[in-house]
Amino acid sequence: MENWDRIREKLQILADAAKYDVSCSSSGSKRANTEKGLGNTTGMGICHSYTEDGRCVSLLKILLTNYCIYDCAYCVSRKSNDIKRAGFTVEEVVALTINFYRRNYIEGLFLSSGIFKNADYTMERLVRVAKKLRTEHRFNGYIHLKTIPGASDELMNEAALYADRLSVNIELPTETSLKQLAPEKNYHDIMKPMAYLQQGITARVEEKQGVYKAPAFAPAGQSTQIVIGATPETDQHIMTLADTLYKNFKLKRVYYSGYVPITSSDHRLPVIGTPVPQIRENRLYQADWLTRFYSFSVEELVDQHHPQLDLDIDPKLSWALRNPHCFPIDINKADYHLILRIPGIGVGSALKIREARKFRKLSWEHLKKIGVAFNRAKYFITCDSATHFHRDMNPDALRHQLLAQSKYAKGLSSQMSLFQ
Amino acid sequence: MMTQLIYDGTLWGLLTVIFEAYERRLEQVRILKTGTAHPDIFGTSLLIISDPVKAARVWKGLKEKLSASALHQFYSCYLSELPQIEDTLLAFTRHVFASKQNSEKDFGHEATLTLSKVGRMVHREKHRMEAFVRFQRWADDVYFAIVAPDYNVLPLIVPHFKNRYGDQRWIIYDQRRKYGIHYDPETGKVSEIELELTENPLTPSAEVLHAEEKNYQMLWQDYFSHVNIAARKNKKLHLRHVPMRYWKHLTEKQPG
Ligand code: SF4
Repeated sequence: MENWDRIREKLQILADAAKYDVSCSSSGSKRANTEKGLGNTTGMGICHSYTEDGRCVSLLKILLTNYCIYDCAYCVSRKSNDIKRAGFTVEEVVALTINFYRRNYIEGLFLSSGIFKNADYTMERLVRVAKKLRTEHRFNGYIHLKTIPGASDELMNEAALYADRLSVNIELPTETSLKQLAPEKNYHDIMKPMAYLQQGITARVEEKQGVYKAPAFAPAGQSTQIVIGATPETDQHIMTLADTLYKNFKLKRVYYSGYVPITSSDHRLPVIGTPVPQIRENRLYQADWLTRFYSFSVEELVDQHHPQLDLDIDPKLSWALRNPHCFPIDINKADYHLILRIPGIGVGSALKIREARKFRKLSWEHLKKIGVAFNRAKYFITCDSATHFHRDMNPDALRHQLLAQSKYAKGLSSQMSLFQ
Repeated sequence: MMTQLIYDGTLWGLLTVIFEAYERRLEQVRILKTGTAHPDIFGTSLLIISDPVKAARVWKGLKEKLSASALHQFYSCYLSELPQIEDTLLAFTRHVFASKQNSEKDFGHEATLTLSKVGRMVHREKHRMEAFVRFQRWADDVYFAIVAPDYNVLPLIVPHFKNRYGDQRWIIYDQRRKYGIHYDPETGKVSEIELELTENPLTPSAEVLHAEEKNYQMLWQDYFSHVNIAARKNKKLHLRHVPMRYWKHLTEKQPG
């Protein structure tokens, strides 16, 4: 590249513009290094660094351009916003990706774009970057493309051949909100490519079982993002929508992004200085995790009477306190899935308990050493010890007691260090 | 009575020590590396010479009793180089051989639980190195990185880097343990190397580096500072993910 100063400036603008999109994940795909090619995708995904706000940096996440013909109120790149604009050439994005990758800075590329001219014109450029990386540079690292709402099936199909993951952001939890803040967008245009890709992905999985080798078709699946706190929807709305997306479109991940205020002049949105709802975002990730890996249903975590997740305590504890009749659980006998439901016990400890109890009955001492969060878990279990902590404790009293255990009360954990 | 068994620090040496502990029916032992042992007035000290035949017998025995992942965990724990890890490995081995069924998941047993925890710590360090290695491209087209991991994890990261960077020549050098691994794309092999570093490898002089290297480092630093969202700053969380001791080898943490 010749003009390094210009490249720097563009990178600064286009990284800035892309950063509010939270999906950093580079997992879920396995692409072996082909002979003499560059790179692989290991399925695990690696965070190569972390931003100062503690988010994972795994992919080079940039916009191809921040010129946009749309005017979505919550977006820094919206047409009416007076900001510096820039655009990369296809070659520039390719060179950056390859050179960052070879230095082990990144797992791959996450490319998105403002909409210039029209949906297809934009999508075609994004696909060209992915194609060049895969075919000319034999790049086997991770590629995530943002699909542009309204782009044609042909382009979508081509994108899926080169990319590991595709995503289109649903943005807001209801169509009414979307209409208000992003007048040019609608759920139909967003969901149509999701449905199209899902068919393609499912077909490919079936084909793979029959034929020896079908070409990869978005092997890491699809994801989407919902902006939290810009509009008045409840957690129940949000979680029900996420659940539908997981079930109907087989999405791999739904990301929740606490709205970061970017303007004070639009009465439809929270003004600058309104705190980012980070705790709420974290609670949503925890609840999402519980539905995907702990076999909780959405209705168990939020319902008409409790439409919002509790901000003070994590959703599992909150569920336990609302359901005292499910406890105490006998550590030495209970089914694994019940053990997972005990506050203070995560997947790691639950697996250890399941193995260790085959050898001997487990006591409080064993549980502490295994790594159970004893001060929380003890109220919900019985084990091979004479001491009991579980009494017919009034849930409100227990809640107060647990909150008083200070470090728990203040703990703002990250989206990854979920609860135990 | 306590017996000190002194060995050379190698895996074969440690396995030989385990063999001897059985052979000589020693109940109470403390295993130490040469150089770290102190004469113990109350017990005896024995210097154990590494013996590949004896070592192989112990390894084979473990292999028959354990799953591949437990065997790998045994190796990882050895690489932790933690004080007294050898004693724990011996206690674990004794429990394995004394149990009729496979005991590797008997987490109510102290040494077994300890090793599962240490194994996890070593694994985490390995994962960190896979993330935190930062190559600098040199003028002769070697990609060179320096690290100083808490545990001796270079042997564990070889497969990852070999698979990922199969078409470039690279060196990862452990500054703390003073050895490195070198991959040669022509032969496809990784070898261990010792280097005489004549200048500070973290800030090599301009001639050593590839003409574009500084530019890409700058771009990466730009990128890193621009993905940050100031409104979300959370220093504590940041430090938990990237503890300060790793910073000096991270390109994005160098003054721009
Ligand atoms: S279409 Fe995308 S880039 Fe354009 S204003 Fe809307 S959200 Fe922003």
